[in-house]
Amino acid sequence: MDLLSVNSVNKSYGGVIANIDVSLTVPKGKIVGIIGPNGSGKTTLFNSIVGHHPIDSGEIYFNGEEISSLPIPKIARLGMLRTFQQTHIYGKMTCIQNMQISSDIDANWKRVFNPFSKDVDEMVNELLAFVGLYKKRFLLAGDLSFGQQKLLEFAMALMKKPTILLLDEPTAGVNPTLINGLIDRLHQVNEEKGITLLVIEHNMRVVMNLAEHIYCLANGTMLADGKPDEIQNDQRVIDAYLGN
Amino acid sequence: MIIKNKQNNFIWLGLAISAIAPFFFPNHITLLTYIWVMIILALTWDMLGGQTGYTSFGNILFFGVGMYVCAVVQRDMFSSGLDRFERVSEVVVSLNASEYFISLAVGTFSGAIVAVLLAVILGSGILGMRGHYFAICTLGLGHAAAEITSGIEYLGAGSGMVTPIYPSELLVGKEGFYYYAFLLVAITTFFLFRKIYQSQFGLALNAIRDNENKAESMGIHTTQYKIAGWSISAFFLAIAGAGVGNVIGFIDPVEIAFSGPTFGVWMIVMAILGGKGTIWGPVLGAIILYSAKETFWTYLLGWDKVALGLLILIVVVYFPKGILGYFKERKQLSNSILSQKGES
Repeated sequence: MDLLSVNSVNKSYGGVIANIDVSLTVPKGKIVGIIGPNGSGKTTLFNSIVGHHPIDSGEIYFNGEEISSLPIPKIARLGMLRTFQQTHIYGKMTCIQNMQISSDIDANWKRVFNPFSKDVDEMVNELLAFVGLYKKRFLLAGDLSFGQQKLLEFAMALMKKPTILLLDEPTAGVNPTLINGLIDRLHQVNEEKGITLLVIEHNMRVVMNLAEHIYCLANGTMLADGKPDEIQNDQRVIDAYLGN
Repeated sequence: MIIKNKQNNFIWLGLAISAIAPFFFPNHITLLTYIWVMIILALTWDMLGGQTGYTSFGNILFFGVGMYVCAVVQRDMFSSGLDRFERVSEVVVSLNASEYFISLAVGTFSGAIVAVLLAVILGSGILGMRGHYFAICTLGLGHAAAEITSGIEYLGAGSGMVTPIYPSELLVGKEGFYYYAFLLVAITTFFLFRKIYQSQFGLALNAIRDNENKAESMGIHTTQYKIAGWSISAFFLAIAGAGVGNVIGFIDPVEIAFSGPTFGVWMIVMAILGGKGTIWGPVLGAIILYSAKETFWTYLLGWDKVALGLLILIVVVYFPKGILGYFKERKQLSNSILSQKGES
């Protein structure tokens, strides 16, 4: 069953056309990758999916429900979360607080004036250990390095127990040794927690390792899609990257 | 744990001193009362201004609304003295003790409720705007309220209103009563706000301050939290306004109730001076600023505003994060150095 399906979405910013007739499907429990040269409309597509801006035409379905015109918090509550290319964390709060606030706080309005429950704190410690930030838990998130902030943001998304996670360049700016660890964790999250992943990635080695199916965007249109080795040998994709 | 015990001891000591202070300074009770008023003003401003990072210049609106609603209830609840006088501003109602306190309690509570309603209505209109845009929007609130009030004859128009005279036959005098009333409200506000800042709600406000886009993308209904925060502030601010109207004994739309240049600015300066975004900062800032203001006024009359300005300047230059913000930052820095040492 397709968890997420995007049907002929168009989006333009004034005269700049960012997405033209883009369609893709993400089956439940899989890892799907999106590649494409800079400015090809990948992040715009992410923004359209999570409701960051209205789309010009087309439909987006999540779990069988149309979400094309829902606002961001509603879509997030349905179980679709995204991380950002530039890290978005709460800089003046400690790592623990960053994680706590990412739990499902207003699930119960009556408890909103209580401190966080023990279950939440346990989950926080467990997930911080999972991404290797347990030692840094009392530090302000803003004092972490860029790579560590990316890991923190990833852990924060996991606090919400999402159905699908949209990752915008999870390895950009992360050092090469950490990247291997991150790939392992992404696989682990996918297999053990059953979280579907949709990943924008520039690092070919990472995306070929990770994704089972890859879409390639160029100049706002869907250029090609297929298995990693098909994409790797597709002449159109090679041309797009080399600028022909 | 030890730090927490120390803090609690400190609080108890402070409360004990506060409780007996009126007996030692019987001539300065009203002055001491104003310190509690200032603490309430600074604390309520900090809920949105410090913890949520939404600078509001319009909180004075709730202060004045509380003051006026309470005064109207006090005037009209037990006597319809309106028709006996030609001008509303000359109406002086005399009430017996039970009437006085009942109308005061009902008036204060109604004032607080009206202020909360206003915060919800205004908030759903302008709290959807981000940061600076919200600040600009709030600039005119106090002024608009003053202008509107000045045009309503029922509220005494530009000449204002006189609050009822405190019943004379009582054991506790007017000054003593309002001192302890404000002490109680300030303490309630402090402990309630401290509990809120330690709760999930408080952390959500901080998250909005640090990165509202992120908070939204994580499914937090940010506007609702901001409105709720503003409403809580408005509630306590209106209570303070209702009391201050009675302490002064006279209400005027421009100079007292919606007075942006005095109460409206002080609440912001006090919170920033002490350290916005902390629970003790506004308390400290209120005590320091108000004491400084009174001292300068007593000893440097004519130059008091200059001296006060100089004090604010020094704080802004050397402690841009406020007094407590400065210490908090140093502590965080040493934490960070320690952990780096531990790592290597």
